[in-house]
Amino acid sequence: MDEENKFNILDPFSSVDFEIADSADGIKQWAISNRELIQPIKAVFNDIIVFIDDALHAVPPLLMLVLIAIIAWQAAGRRPAIIVALCLSALGFLDPNAWGLAMTTLAIVMAAVIACFIIGLPLGILAAKSDAFEKILRPVLDLMQTIPAFVYLVPVVMLVGIGNVSGVIVTIIFALPPLIRLTSLGIRGVNPSVVEAARAFGASPSQILVKVELPLATPTILAGVNQTIMLALSMVVIASMISVGGLGNEVLRAMGRLDAGKAIVGGLGIVLLAIVLDRISQGLGQSGRERGHRHWWQSGPVGLVVRLTKPKTETTPSIRTEK
Amino acid sequence: MTQQSEEAVIRCEGVWKIFGRRASEALEAVKSQGLSKDEIRDKFDCVVGVREASFDVRRGEIFCIMGLSGSGKSTLIRHINRLIEPTAGAIHIEGENVNDVSQKKLRALRAEKIGMVFQNMALMPHRTVMENVAFSQEVRGHDIKDRTQTALRAIKAVELDGWEAKYPDELSGGMQQRVGLARAIAADPPILLMDEPFSALDPLIRRQLQDKFMSLSSEMKKTTLFITHDLDEAIRIGDRIAIMKDGVLVQIGTPEDIVTNPADDYVADFVAGISKLGLISAAKIMEQIDVYTRREGPLDLDSCPEACPDHSLDRLVDLAVSTQQPIVVKVDGKPAGVVTKNALLRGIKGDIGPAEKTA
Repeated sequence: MDEENKFNILDPFSSVDFEIADSADGIKQWAISNRELIQPIKAVFNDIIVFIDDALHAVPPLLMLVLIAIIAWQAAGRRPAIIVALCLSALGFLDPNAWGLAMTTLAIVMAAVIACFIIGLPLGILAAKSDAFEKILRPVLDLMQTIPAFVYLVPVVMLVGIGNVSGVIVTIIFALPPLIRLTSLGIRGVNPSVVEAARAFGASPSQILVKVELPLATPTILAGVNQTIMLALSMVVIASMISVGGLGNEVLRAMGRLDAGKAIVGGLGIVLLAIVLDRISQGLGQSGRERGHRHWWQSGPVGLVVRLTKPKTETTPSIRTEK
Repeated sequence: MTQQSEEAVIRCEGVWKIFGRRASEALEAVKSQGLSKDEIRDKFDCVVGVREASFDVRRGEIFCIMGLSGSGKSTLIRHINRLIEPTAGAIHIEGENVNDVSQKKLRALRAEKIGMVFQNMALMPHRTVMENVAFSQEVRGHDIKDRTQTALRAIKAVELDGWEAKYPDELSGGMQQRVGLARAIAADPPILLMDEPFSALDPLIRRQLQDKFMSLSSEMKKTTLFITHDLDEAIRIGDRIAIMKDGVLVQIGTPEDIVTNPADDYVADFVAGISKLGLISAAKIMEQIDVYTRREGPLDLDSCPEACPDHSLDRLVDLAVSTQQPIVVKVDGKPAGVVTKNALLRGIKGDIGPAEKTA
């Protein structure tokens, strides 16, 4: 005991103990004692997630497939829509249970991404407007992205309990940073002379934000959304450790049983879902230029319906060739 | 050119702009010790943008500020609508100090009284031509019908009708700048600020737009502050010109003043390459008739071509080529002065010696 406490200048680290681990463990105690407070809030969010989950399950798989393909067509174009439809079919044929599991995973990912967007967009705008805030935020985002998920898994479970809500929370922690970073980057990257022109014509700061900065930063922000979706998907296996269902849970169980076949089914399912979500969210991020300057209602299935319902009212004035 | 009243619409009084953290310190030092631009940079790590600029722009006037890049002219023009706050001095728009008004009032002022055109167009790429032109109306909260109407009028004025639904990057550079011009005049503001609007365009388009702008300006009776680095352009469109160098307004005067009486070597250098044909009048180069007759003997007035004192050199040259006689300049029908071939040639070179000798 004496030897342990003897201070050695050449090796100061082993002889000094600030008991950081013990005091950090106090977080757990605090979390447990505050559990009751959290439960009603948790119930609300759980209901939202369950609602999304139920809604996705309520739609017959084939109808859902067509629906998602149509969304992809509108958002990204014909070719991505075909890829999306193929991926979804492959996903369905992987295993009789795969479709249902995928919908559960999709529900969790959607809930997490929506939450990320609600939290991340305002923070990203603040970070773009204030250098000081960005400076404070940057190490926090670094921490969120690099700290191993298992570290915050325990306190979150202690505080919130296992289940979907905790799964969404840990997913948010990991998936939020790119959205904030890219929102800030996108707004900072807006051509300052355009902003100056808006000021010169009497726009207020909030008008500049809504009418100039956000629209021009949209492709960058949507790239952030795309990254957030991908990161959220990569968390599904870890989230399944705290009793979140879906494809991730399949992989986790297969790992426990050393069942390589099941693991591959779950894993492939996640990859196929990732491709689907990636194509759709990337398509959203295309700029007007890439779309040949047509409005969203002039292309895709909506454009088709519009053209069919009022034929030959006007010829498309666009001088650019269709993509 | 246009009808001008003597009322100053834009009035700058001793405007200073020093960029940097220690701007006010640097201003004290420069006022008390008269430091140069370089000394301020070394001592205070500050950059002098504008150095005590004072000028008036009268109603309906086109006032050009001419200077090379880095002379502070773009900085100066941004003080007028307070995109930049001055370190010292005051700017008055129609008698109101721009730096005293509230943010809300300032925004109204910018949207309704001052239109601005930028060198790099600065159109909003995500908005159609129509939406760009209607921008100032939109931020003032006018309803869509109103602003479409006013925007259409402005678009028509710059002859871009039919292009309203296009996006800026579908237009050529010259057309884009016409959109910029339409945006500036859409709200029918009494004041236009033009920050090198035509510099990025090729010479032919530039000339067309200058003409377009001048006809619009005189038609709509705008008070214009026009920034350019091109003296030809300044002379072509300016009622008065200010020459700016290193943040200082070196000389303010009519184009003729600037060309014939450059205030210093810097201005003289600029003016050296300028054609004087349209700028110098007969009055400036003529010799008093008695001085001439004393030297050369009596003149046969009937065989000489006649001119008025305000005829330009251009017209005098036309008269001179058809005869060997000197030109007689008549005031109220009475011969007052003589322009010899030599004086004319010296005048074309910008050397206005005889007028000085006799004055």
